[in-house]
Amino acid sequence: MKVRQISVFLENKNGRLAEVTRLLGENNINLRAVSIADTADFGILRLICDKPDAALKLFHENNFTAKETDVIGVIVEDKPGGLAHVMDICFKNNVNIEYLYSSLMSHENNAVEIFKVEDIDHGLEILEKNGIKAIGKF
Amino acid sequence: MIWNKARECESIEKRKERQLADLKELCFRVYERVPFYRKKFDNAGINPSDIKTLDDIAKIPFTTKDEMRETYPYGLLAVDETDIVEIHTSSGTTGTPVVDAYTQSDMDMWGEVMARCFGMAGGDKGDVVQNAYGYGMFTGGLGVHYGSQKIGANIIPAASGNTKRQLMLMRDFKSTILTCTPSYALFMADEARDMGIEFKDLHLKSGIFGAEPWSDNMRDEIESKLHLKAHDIYGLTEIIGPGVSCECDIQHGLHVNEDYFFPEIIDPETGKVLPEGEKGELVFTTLTKQGTPILRYRTRDITWLWHDECKCGRTLVKMHRLLGRNDDMLIIRGVNVFPSQIENVLLRVEETQPHYQIIIERGSTHLDEVELQVEVEESFFSDETKELERIKNKLHQELKQELGISINIRLVEPKSIERSIGKAKRVIDKRNI
Repeated sequence: MKVRQISVFLENKNGRLAEVTRLLGENNINLRAVSIADTADFGILRLICDKPDAALKLFHENNFTAKETDVIGVIVEDKPGGLAHVMDICFKNNVNIEYLYSSLMSHENNAVEIFKVEDIDHGLEILEKNGIKAIGKF
Repeated sequence: MIWNKARECESIEKRKERQLADLKELCFRVYERVPFYRKKFDNAGINPSDIKTLDDIAKIPFTTKDEMRETYPYGLLAVDETDIVEIHTSSGTTGTPVVDAYTQSDMDMWGEVMARCFGMAGGDKGDVVQNAYGYGMFTGGLGVHYGSQKIGANIIPAASGNTKRQLMLMRDFKSTILTCTPSYALFMADEARDMGIEFKDLHLKSGIFGAEPWSDNMRDEIESKLHLKAHDIYGLTEIIGPGVSCECDIQHGLHVNEDYFFPEIIDPETGKVLPEGEKGELVFTTLTKQGTPILRYRTRDITWLWHDECKCGRTLVKMHRLLGRNDDMLIIRGVNVFPSQIENVLLRVEETQPHYQIIIERGSTHLDEVELQVEVEESFFSDETKELERIKNKLHQELKQELGISINIRLVEPKSIERSIGKAKRVIDKRNI
């Protein structure tokens, strides 16, 4: 299962993140996972929320550049070596990971890691074959 | 030192006689040899023989930069190609350039006018000229070079950049005259301080600075930091290169070498010639140029002309330091840049759109810093930073190709660029010069 991630372009300016989170809060959109990729003069906020369509619409209405990407919410055992196990499978099967971050959710006492892989269909197939589960909905 | 007293100090009446004779000859020559001008005369319903007085020049249609581009490469040539000994083109752009093709007599004339400029800056045989203008297709470096050779000075063709070596040469070869852009002069001053070189211990007596706009404040700063007398020089590729006009020791207006380059001031709206002393667009006619003679070239530069009894003894008409331009051309680090060129690059790089703003500053380094802010559109936004960095680098490369200068790119949020009544303000020039 794929998960819908929304990315928002942010300048490195005071208050931009406050503005984004305020908008989400005021519109009753709940964050499930969030991360920021930053460079010298801009950042990309990546988030997963409970109402992606509403969030995207909200960003566009407020003049943010935002777009949707599919990612994988990988269920990882919450114990030492849990992530290493998934990584090993990815490495051995040529699943290239562009980036990953942790979600705020847990799933049946397991952790949920957000993976962006080069080829998502290939990635999902490999994970499934190796008994790794991905969640479909937050 | 006055290089050519007979010409530079001759009576205004005598000069006018010569200008008229040369203008008449020029009209017949281009009518016969350059189809572009023959068509212009014919379309305007005039004949070279209609030019009977200097005022009759107003009957001749103008020549524009676009026309000079359209006739690339040799459409304005008035001699056989085999008579051309050197080619230069306008600076900066990889678009269609403006060509200046010189015959040997044009080269002699160029050397002559630059020799006069050196004379105005106190130059003579025995001087050591450090030339920090760029060499190459740009007319600045070689134009200065020829003038220096004409007066018999010793020239150090240092070209621009490599400031540490520049200062070492200046110290070790006891340079007496510095030629470069005014901002580079100030940049050198700071660099010298870091190297522990004191300009008061060097041998510079004067500087010939041009190729970009500057001001009296900058002059004061240059003179006090570099311990020299700073002279403003003006020129443009379309006419000859540097040497069209220069300031003498009095530093009150630039003497125009008007026996070669006939100046007029026009109303840029109506095209009507304005009386002496009125501010308007500067127009030049190359009275004697053989290779690519130009009639009534619209420079887009705003200034005014006047005659006075200059204490230096020269009777050459004066032009005021440029007051601006009546188009949107920017001069950045001596290079001519049109916002439309930047727009073209943004259109050409498929991902980007021409939603941009250019911010020009002259910071603590005294050199122009340019930042191009580009709004991030959905069309090229990505969830991966490397993709945005790739587009940034691509833009940077393309702009360097197009403009010949390096521009910092900054990606900004959409609608963050100030818009005024539907029309975005594209250029913010913060240079305080």
